[in-house]
Amino acid sequence: MAQKQFREVIRDALREEMERDENVFVMGEEVAEYNGAYKATQGLLDQFGDKRVLDTPISELGFAGLGVGAAMNGLRPVVEFMTFNFAVVGVDQIVNNAAKIRQMSGGQIKIPIVFRGPNGSAGQLGATHSTAFEAFYAHFPGLITIHPSDPYDAKGLLKAAIRDDNPVIFLESEQMYGMKQEVPDEEYLLPIGQAKIKREGTDVTIVADGKFFHIAKQAADQLAKDGVEVELIDPRTIKPFDMKTVIDSVKKTNRCVVVNESHPFGGVAAEVGFQIQRDAFDYLDAPVLRVTTPDVPAPFSKKLFDLWLPGPKQVIDAVNAVTYRT
Amino acid sequence: MATVIDMPKLSDTMEEGTIAKWNINEGDKVEAGDIVAEVETDKATMDLEAFDGGTVLKILVEEGDTVPLGEKLAILGEEGEDISDLIGSEDSGSDDTDSDKPKSDDSDSNDSDSDESDEEGTSGKDKKKESKDDKNESKDEKKESGKNFDPLFGDLKEGKKGGNGKQDDSDGRVKASPLARKMAEEKGIDVSRVKGSGPQGRVVKADVESFKEEDAKAKPEADKEDAKAKKTPAQPAVTGTSLQEDKEIKVSQMRKIIGKRLAESKFTSPHFYETVDIDMKKAMEVRTALNEISDVKISFNDLVVKACAIALRQNPWVNSSWMGDVIRMHGDVHVAVAVAVDEGLLTPVIRHADQKGLRDISIETKDFAERARDKKLQPEDWEGSTFTVSNLGMYGIEEFTAIINPPNAAILAIGAIRDVPVVEDGQVVPGKRMKVTMSSDHRVVDGAKAAEFLNTVRTLLQNPASMLL
Repeated sequence: MAQKQFREVIRDALREEMERDENVFVMGEEVAEYNGAYKATQGLLDQFGDKRVLDTPISELGFAGLGVGAAMNGLRPVVEFMTFNFAVVGVDQIVNNAAKIRQMSGGQIKIPIVFRGPNGSAGQLGATHSTAFEAFYAHFPGLITIHPSDPYDAKGLLKAAIRDDNPVIFLESEQMYGMKQEVPDEEYLLPIGQAKIKREGTDVTIVADGKFFHIAKQAADQLAKDGVEVELIDPRTIKPFDMKTVIDSVKKTNRCVVVNESHPFGGVAAEVGFQIQRDAFDYLDAPVLRVTTPDVPAPFSKKLFDLWLPGPKQVIDAVNAVTYRT
Repeated sequence: MATVIDMPKLSDTMEEGTIAKWNINEGDKVEAGDIVAEVETDKATMDLEAFDGGTVLKILVEEGDTVPLGEKLAILGEEGEDISDLIGSEDSGSDDTDSDKPKSDDSDSNDSDSDESDEEGTSGKDKKKESKDDKNESKDEKKESGKNFDPLFGDLKEGKKGGNGKQDDSDGRVKASPLARKMAEEKGIDVSRVKGSGPQGRVVKADVESFKEEDAKAKPEADKEDAKAKKTPAQPAVTGTSLQEDKEIKVSQMRKIIGKRLAESKFTSPHFYETVDIDMKKAMEVRTALNEISDVKISFNDLVVKACAIALRQNPWVNSSWMGDVIRMHGDVHVAVAVAVDEGLLTPVIRHADQKGLRDISIETKDFAERARDKKLQPEDWEGSTFTVSNLGMYGIEEFTAIINPPNAAILAIGAIRDVPVVEDGQVVPGKRMKVTMSSDHRVVDGAKAAEFLNTVRTLLQNPASMLL
């Protein structure tokens, strides 16, 4: 076991998969010569050469389409977006082609492609650089959406994503690239679509993914001091979503708060809340509440941004409400 | 244009205030600078000044009511001005403003869902409109939804707990969580007989679990008693005839703040205690001599304050505050003196006590004590202390431990001067002794540091002439 940063395990996963399968290649802005905007692809150009590690122009629609075409022809591209905020330009290729071609071709053409990069807000970056896209991509059938919260999950899931024959949206965070964790030296893969209970508890279930998992964890630590035992579930994959783990937990705790960075309307939290009320209705002792970024684009001003971005306090407030402690 | 008078922050610890007295009535004309009300804060009753002139259009808070900071108290403006907007956005909007509200032109409004799930909305404005238009919604619900809706974090908050635990039966439905309903069914309990503790009296899991048949039988009567019980004091739990009825006194702002701050201090700062016995013989002689020439009477307390001030200067660790990330070692020495008043206590501050003579300390302390009893102290009088002295010697208390007055790192509790036999040069002779006990915050002050400080205080009081230097 070794302590590894998030960015290092992304690199390790890419390297291991590229060594394993010569069809795997990496493409994106600054991924080769500059070693990646966040150094996630450092050293790959040196090791694998410029046929398998490709710098692209600033043209997300162009290189997303290039990736889809390569995948249709049997390669396994890993396309890096400098941030998913820029990927919006390439969404036609992702949503209309990558997500749909397998079905439109009657299963004849597989699209084994991974689109990866940082997602969501990362401090005062302004409205257009702060969007969380989990709910957006999860909305489209045909796409797998993965949103890990720590290096261990990220490595195992990225390797699984590269080997999957479907298009995968792999969401990371600028603010997590430096996060360290013990990661096994030997190879491992994690199953896509399987949630993990990261803290067992009896009083309330919190479902939280990605960067927001950590505000939920802080809240759970604080609540434990007040005698509230939180069961903390990290879905890890947004789609397909492992509802069984959540439902089983809610049947035990009778209360649930969903924490997710997407906006509230039609967000991940809305979907999870809906499924809980449908499948665990008779087990609910309180309405399911959610903590999300508000229905407002991210403000730039520090004061407004701090107000906009939920923190542990909002999670604690929600837990207090569903446990009738307010 | 109408202006709003809201509850101002009148002291640094104030979180809510009580309108002790209104000097204005609706319809009165007010000029800027007029004292419109007296506000009881956590420590004093203070004047509330109007910053703008105008006619008092509306008084929103009654005398005796306590409201949080920023709450609207009254509205000033031009006579006849339409202030429905200002009142409309006010949760506590009173009954007679209903007629001001715009009539709903949406004939379908009665069909709109008045269920609690409506708490979610897309914007604050829409939500308000909904509440107003929806005649099905009871007034209580309107209040609830207005209060709990947060335009940014829409559904963070659920309803507040239903105060009296009674079902809101305006629509004849029994409100129960799905789980509570199922549990009641399994246990064969009629859920409508269970008293709900959730928002708007919702029956939740805990209510079904703690439900007992006897409670239900007693319930109809209990309900009738409910309203009555609010006005009459609760009866003692013990059976038999009580000789004297219990009395319940509303907790004053001062008591609230004492409770909160001292509990916070005692629960968060690790207290430890050290006591020294001080020979006060010379101090008594010096005091007598001083009082023969001084125009103001010097008390033992003044001598202790002076000794502490000098000792604080020499032992800066005691003159410090725990700030979480840092320990602040205060540059100045400001000694607070605990003063008992009817409702509790206040701690006015002798500023730069190390720079002041006994005469000044005496004059200031007397002035503070007098003003404290008259509730005339102002926030600046009690803010900014770096150490506190609490003296119960005059009550004959031999020794006691005090709770640290945050953000101080220590407090010194002064006992009475006692006549005790002491051994001097092998002979038992009459002596004068005074015990002082210091409570210290161990996060800031360690045992040895506290002992050094106490040693300095003792040396000074045993050689009082050294304080005159």
